[in-house]
Amino acid sequence: MILDMQQITISVEETKLVEEFFLQITAGEFVALVGASGSGKSILAHSIMGIAPKNVICHGNIKYCGEPLTDEKRTKILGKEIVLVPQNISYLDPLMKVGRQVAKGKKDKVSMEKVKKLFQKYHMQSSVMQRYPHMISGGMARRVFISSALMEQPKLVIADEPTPGLHKKMAEMVVSHFREMAEMGAGVLMITHDLELAIACADKIIVLYAGKIMEQTKAKNFQSEDTLYHPYTKALWRAMPKNGFHNTTMIQPSETGCPFFEGCTQSKKECKQNKIPYFQKEDSIIKCICAGGTEICY
Amino acid sequence: MASYILKNSVRIFLLIIAVSIAAFLLMTYSPIDPLQTNIGQTALGTISQEQIEKLESYWGTNEAPLKRYLQWAKDFFTGDMGTSLLYRQPVADIITQRFCNSIWILLAAWIFSGVLGITFGMISGIKEGTLLDSIIKNIAILFSSTPIFWFALLVLMIFSVWLKWFPIGLSVPIGVTAENVTIADKIYHGILPTLVLTITGMSNVILHTREKMIMILESDYVLFAKAMGKNKKQILMQHGIRNVLLPAITLQFASISEIFGGSILAEQVFSYPGLGQIAVTAGLGGDMPLLMGIVVISACFVGVGNLLADILYHIIDPRIRLGKGNKI
Repeated sequence: MILDMQQITISVEETKLVEEFFLQITAGEFVALVGASGSGKSILAHSIMGIAPKNVICHGNIKYCGEPLTDEKRTKILGKEIVLVPQNISYLDPLMKVGRQVAKGKKDKVSMEKVKKLFQKYHMQSSVMQRYPHMISGGMARRVFISSALMEQPKLVIADEPTPGLHKKMAEMVVSHFREMAEMGAGVLMITHDLELAIACADKIIVLYAGKIMEQTKAKNFQSEDTLYHPYTKALWRAMPKNGFHNTTMIQPSETGCPFFEGCTQSKKECKQNKIPYFQKEDSIIKCICAGGTEICY
Repeated sequence: MASYILKNSVRIFLLIIAVSIAAFLLMTYSPIDPLQTNIGQTALGTISQEQIEKLESYWGTNEAPLKRYLQWAKDFFTGDMGTSLLYRQPVADIITQRFCNSIWILLAAWIFSGVLGITFGMISGIKEGTLLDSIIKNIAILFSSTPIFWFALLVLMIFSVWLKWFPIGLSVPIGVTAENVTIADKIYHGILPTLVLTITGMSNVILHTREKMIMILESDYVLFAKAMGKNKKQILMQHGIRNVLLPAITLQFASISEIFGGSILAEQVFSYPGLGQIAVTAGLGGDMPLLMGIVVISACFVGVGNLLADILYHIIDPRIRLGKGNKI
């Protein structure tokens, strides 16, 4: 087990952004965290790495390779064993050449040689190293980030929305590079709002809504609606173009009980009143009292 | 680049013409009557009409404004800045002499306010939210909202009148012949005006640099640098200082005008015979040629400062230096 997170609560002052969150990633596993914007995905990624703003408080157990992930531990492994693949070009310093940034600010020959090799691997000319961020395209920036992740041998790759703004083919290519990393033995956590892409490449999919996990399921279960159990996940599935493009009117998530209470067609009185536990059904974990399965404690 | 400089030089030239026209109009329609101011009401009543007419033609009050302006402009562009009506000396000589007095104060204040302002601003931004930050920030806010002449008076009162550490005014000691004035004397007399200009100029630089530093430390690229495992020192050295210096240097060149403007008030308070003080004298005394000369020269000064800032940006900022399509 590379990453094991349990009972995670992330809050800013009194507002809870993420609650009752759990996540397990084993070596070679590709996990996609799917959710709409504002569901707390990015803040989760930043909290794992300990780089969230100071006013963001993260409670709960995070274990990395069996040991608690403390700040001291983080300073040793950040950028080496745990790497971030960020979203867009604004994550590059506008005044530093791209090659040097990938080499973490180093300029020595060995580092530069390494960067050059990685750039070649991802079909970029070595002249790209000498460019400044404003001189490279969005697609190229993703490849630059991927190269930077592979400067060392990462055990955990966290990709925060790595595909927006890319056309489908390019996005698929970027994602295939993460697949490769997983095959090399790294655990990959990809944060995205592109469900279709997540289904195509991930092993496990976690659906987040209003800061809570609605369902955790195998990617292959998304092939049919019958193997999905949470009404919210089903609604997402039906909203996909190939599955009918059905629109579910999205309203403000409910404060108490199930956040999807208002949008759900099968909701009961209890859904609103009580705290909803998690249920295990086959290889899925669902936060819904109507889905059946056995109640589990997370 | 060459075309850019040329374009901006033309712009500065047009600006100077506009400034000279504005200054001329203000002088022409100012309520100050040069005859009354310089000769006095009683004296005017006792002299003959013939003499008054002579004086009027000397001060140029009986000529049509347009004719006067064109005459001045023609002379100016042929290299003749005219003769000061108050001092009866060529304007060029007066400006050169006064400029030499002022330039050391201006230069020193400009450098000190830049270096100290950027340094304190960076420290304050890096330590945002700490006691040190709030001390620096509040001092900067206090001084940037203090009127410069008031602050100059305060400094004069404390250091010259009460403590008697510094002279009360002028640029050289009283009762010493010009040959016997040492550089030490000049520095000694220049310290207080420089101090006032430095502190007031520094405050804005501090506040700007602090804001910029905070923005940088919250930027995406610093977040990514943290995620890469860089420590605080590395982040500051590689990303912080670099990104903060670029706008700060430009701002510094653009702030020449502010220091120059401030010097007019500070020199007045310290009776320091510089360009700023003579500008006030010329304005209040109705000395048209002298004031026009000062206005044009200082406009050039400020314009060149701004142009230098632009050129510098082109040289040091890769985003401007290397367009999107450029390949290295």
